[in-house]
Amino acid sequence: MDYFGEHLLPGKIGHFFVTLSFAASFVATIAYYKSASAKNIEDGNAWKKLARAAFAIDCFSVFSIFAVVYYIISHHYFEYNYAWEHSNRTLPGQYLLACIWEAQEGSFLLWTIWQCALGLVLMFKAKKWEAPVMTVISFGQLCLATMILGIYISNAKIGINPFLLVRQMPAFSDAPIFNQANYLSIPQMQDGQGFNALLQNYWVVIHPPVLFLGFAATIVPFAYAFAGLWKKDFGAWTKPALPWTLFAACVLGTGVMMGAAWAYEALSFGGFWAWDPVENASLVPWLVLVAALHTQVVYNSTGHSLRATYFFVIMSFVLVLYATFLTRSGILGDSSVHAFVDSGMNLQLILFIVVFLAPAFYLFIKNYKKIPHIEKEESAYSREFWMFIGSLVLFLSSLFVITATSLPVINKIFNTNWSVGADNTFAYNRVEIFIAIILGLLTAFTQYLKYKDTNRKTFLKKMALPTLIATVLSLLVSIFGGIHYNKYGPGFQTAIHLALFGAFYAVVANAGYIWTGMNGKIKAAGASVAHVGFGLMLVGILLSTSKKELLSYNTTGINLPFDPKDADKNPLENITLLKGIKTDMGKYWATYTGEDSTNASGNISYYHVVLNEKKTDKRFDLYPDLIRNTKGMAGVSQNPDKHHYWDRDIYSYINYASNLEKGSDTTQFKYHLLSGKDTIFYSNGYMTLHKTVKNPNNEKYHFIDADTAVMADIEIVSRDSMRYTAKPLLYIKNNELKTIPDTVFAQDLVVIFKGIKNNSPEIGIKESSALTPFVSLKVYEFPYINILWIGTIIMIAGFAMSIFRRSKRQAAA
Amino acid sequence: MKKTHIIILIFIAIAIAALVSFMGSLSTYETIASARQKEGKSVTLYVNVDHSQVIDYDPAKDPNYFAFHVTDTLGNKTKVVCNFEKPYDFDKAEAVTLKGKMEGDIFRISGRDGILLKCPSKYKDDPNMAKKNLSQN
Repeated sequence: MDYFGEHLLPGKIGHFFVTLSFAASFVATIAYYKSASAKNIEDGNAWKKLARAAFAIDCFSVFSIFAVVYYIISHHYFEYNYAWEHSNRTLPGQYLLACIWEAQEGSFLLWTIWQCALGLVLMFKAKKWEAPVMTVISFGQLCLATMILGIYISNAKIGINPFLLVRQMPAFSDAPIFNQANYLSIPQMQDGQGFNALLQNYWVVIHPPVLFLGFAATIVPFAYAFAGLWKKDFGAWTKPALPWTLFAACVLGTGVMMGAAWAYEALSFGGFWAWDPVENASLVPWLVLVAALHTQVVYNSTGHSLRATYFFVIMSFVLVLYATFLTRSGILGDSSVHAFVDSGMNLQLILFIVVFLAPAFYLFIKNYKKIPHIEKEESAYSREFWMFIGSLVLFLSSLFVITATSLPVINKIFNTNWSVGADNTFAYNRVEIFIAIILGLLTAFTQYLKYKDTNRKTFLKKMALPTLIATVLSLLVSIFGGIHYNKYGPGFQTAIHLALFGAFYAVVANAGYIWTGMNGKIKAAGASVAHVGFGLMLVGILLSTSKKELLSYNTTGINLPFDPKDADKNPLENITLLKGIKTDMGKYWATYTGEDSTNASGNISYYHVVLNEKKTDKRFDLYPDLIRNTKGMAGVSQNPDKHHYWDRDIYSYINYASNLEKGSDTTQFKYHLLSGKDTIFYSNGYMTLHKTVKNPNNEKYHFIDADTAVMADIEIVSRDSMRYTAKPLLYIKNNELKTIPDTVFAQDLVVIFKGIKNNSPEIGIKESSALTPFVSLKVYEFPYINILWIGTIIMIAGFAMSIFRRSKRQAAA
Repeated sequence: MKKTHIIILIFIAIAIAALVSFMGSLSTYETIASARQKEGKSVTLYVNVDHSQVIDYDPAKDPNYFAFHVTDTLGNKTKVVCNFEKPYDFDKAEAVTLKGKMEGDIFRISGRDGILLKCPSKYKDDPNMAKKNLSQN
C-alpha cells in the first residue's frame, strides 16, 4: 500500500549511515590491527592510512546518524517511531535534543559519538600507541554500531534501528489504522507520545551526556593496557595513558554526582543517593578506576603495582560494560526503579562484555609472569605501600557494592531467591561506613609519606599539627554538632563519629600538605586539591545523612496522636494542610495557601506553602509542584522545592493533593426557591437571602450597566453562630445563561444561583466533605548538604588540575 | 610472608565477614503462603495488586495510612498495610515488589522503600502501553 504524507528520505539516509558506520568501523578495526602487527614500518603506515580514513568515515557516519535523528524529531515526523514515541509538538527546544537519549538506541548513540571524539583525539596524540590503541577503540565502535543496526539473524535481534516507522514496529504491525493510506492524518498520529514530564528538567540535558562521556572514556586506559599486553611492551603505556585515566575518572565522577544532584533536586527520592542498582552500576566502575589511577601513579614513580594496574584498568572497563548489561537487560526490573525494560538484546549485551573481557584476561593471565614487578617489597613508611592498600580498599568496596547489586543476576544463575531487605540503604551503609573511615585516614596521611621510604621523625612532626586540628574539629562537631543518629544502635553511631574524624582528617591534612609539603605550589597540587574535595564530600555525606531530619511529623492531632515510641512502626511522616489554615509543624507553622499553574500546557501545578519559623517568626515560601504526566502509565509525578540556607536546605514535596482527583465529588446540588425572608437549612446551619444585586461592581465581579447579571447576596449562619456570606452569580453571555458558584470553605458549602422562577431566585446548595482543598506534605531538613556539592566541585577541580599538568608533562616528554 | 600479603589476607577475611553478615541480613523472595510461615521475618514479595478490592487511602483522614490487597501467582491473597503515603502511580500498577513482614493476617510495610513500582521511565519502552494508545480512537 502507498501511504500518504510520509517522509521516507531521512530514514533512508539515516539507515544508510548506520550501515556505513558498521562497515567503516569494521574496516578501521582490521586496518588498525594490521598496522599494529605489521612487520615493517611502510606496511604499518599504509594500513594506518587506510585505518584513519575508515575511522574518519565512521565518525562522519555517526555524527550524521545523530543529525538525522535530531532532524526527524525537530521536524515532528511522527511516522518515525523515535519521534512518535519520545517527543511531541509542544516539547521545548532543549528537550528535543534530550529526548534522544530517553531510549536505549539514543543513549548508545551518545556513547558512540563520544567514543568517536576520543578516537579522533587519540589519532593525533597517541603517536606510537595509535595503531594498537585505536584497534581497540575501533572495535568498540564496531560493537556499538551493532547496537543500532536493527537486523535479525534467524530469530536473534541485533540492535535496535532508530529509523523504524511506527507502522514497521513489530508491536503495531497489526494495528488497524495502518490499513488506511492516510493514517498520518488520524489524530493520534498527529502528535507524539511526548517526553516523560518527570525527566523534563535541565539535568536531563546535561547529566546523560557527561555520564556517557565518562563511560566512553574508560575504554582509553583499557585500550592502552590491552596494547601493552598485546605488544608485550608491558610498562611503557602507563605514562601516556595517565592523563586519560585521570580524564575518565574526572568525567565519570562528575556524571555520577550530577545524577546524585538530579535525584536530590528533582526526583523526590528523598535524598541524593538511594543505593539504587542503577546508581551503583555507575559508581562501581568509578571506584575501580580511581583504584587504577592510584596504582598507575605508583608504578610511574616506583615500578611497583603494575600487575594491579592492569587488573584495575581492565576491570573498570569491564564493569562499565557489565553496568550496561545490568541497566539495559531488564534484569533489575524488580529491584530498581529506573532500569530499562528488557529490549530483547540480552545476548548481545552479554557478548558485548565477553568480547572485551575474554581477550583482555587471556592476555593478562598468559603474560602475568612477564609483567615486570619488583621483588623487594615496599616499606611500611613508603607512599606506594599505602596507596596500594587504598586502591585495594576501593576495589573491595566496589566488589561489595556490585555483589549486592547483582543479586538478581545471582538469583538467575543459581536459582536462588535473595533480595536486599526492607532497609535497602542501611544494607549498604553499614559496610560503606567502615570503608569511609579507612579511606579518610589513608587519604589524610599517605601524601605525607615519600616514595620508597620516609624519615619517621619528619613524618610524625609534619603530621602532628593536622592531626591535632582534625581531632579538635571533629570532636567539636561530634560533641556540639547534635548528631543524635542512633537509629541503628551505638555501634553504627560510633562508626559515624569515627568516619567524621577520618573525613575531617582528610580535608585538614591535604589542605595542609599544599603548604607544608609543596610550599604552596598550587599548580602542582591537583592531587591534594582532589583529596580535599573528596574529604569534604565525605563530611557532607555524613553530616547531611546523619542529621537529616523530618520536619513534617503529623503532630497536629487532626487525625491521630503522634507517639514517638511508635515512630518506627508508624512514622506519620506526612502532614495534612487544609487550605488557608495555619498548622503546627514542629519548629514551624505551615500554611497551604493555594496553587497555580504556570506552564503553557497547564500540566504542572505549583502548591504554595508558607512556613513560619516559630522561634524567629521568619517566613519563607515553598512551591513544590506536581506534574501530570503526558505519557505512559505514570499519572502524576512530584517535584520537590527547597529553601536554601547557607548551612541547610528545607526540602519539601507534595504527596497528595485533593484537587488532583477531579470529578470524584459526586454530591448533588439541592435546589430551593428563596424569596423574601425565606430560610434554607443545611446540616450545619441556615442561610437567608440578604439581597440581589443587578450588574454588581465590587471586588469580585466587574459588570457595567449594559450587562445582564444578577448576584445573590446570601448570609449564612452556622450552628456555632459564625456568619459567612456567599455571592453566587447568574449572567447571560452569548444568549446563554451562565452561573458562577461561590464556595464557603469553612462550611464545606457550594452555593449556586441557578435561575429565577416565579420571580424568586433559585438557589442550589451542595455540602461536600471533600471540599476544602488540602495537601499532604512531607518536609525534610538537609543540613550541610552544600558541603557535599562544594566538595564535589573541588574534587573535580583537583582532577582537572592534574589532567592539565600531567598532559603538559606528557607533551614535553 | 610479605606485609602486603598479610594485609590482603586480613582484607579477604574482613570481606568474607562483611559478605556473610550481608548475606545474613538479606531477605528472600517468598510467596504469600511461605511468608505466612515466616511470620515476623522480613521478606520480599513479588505480587499483583488486586484492583477488585478497595485501595484504601484517604489523606484527608490520615495521610500516613495506606492499605490494599494483593494476590500472588499461586492465587493466595493478603492485605497490605503501610504507614506512609500512597505512591502516585499506584492506581495503575499491576505488579509490585513489597518488602515487609507478615503480622497476623496483614503484610506490614514499615519503610517507604518497601514498595517498589516500576518508575515512569520504565514504561516508555513498553510496547503494550503504546499500543493501547494507538488502538484507541
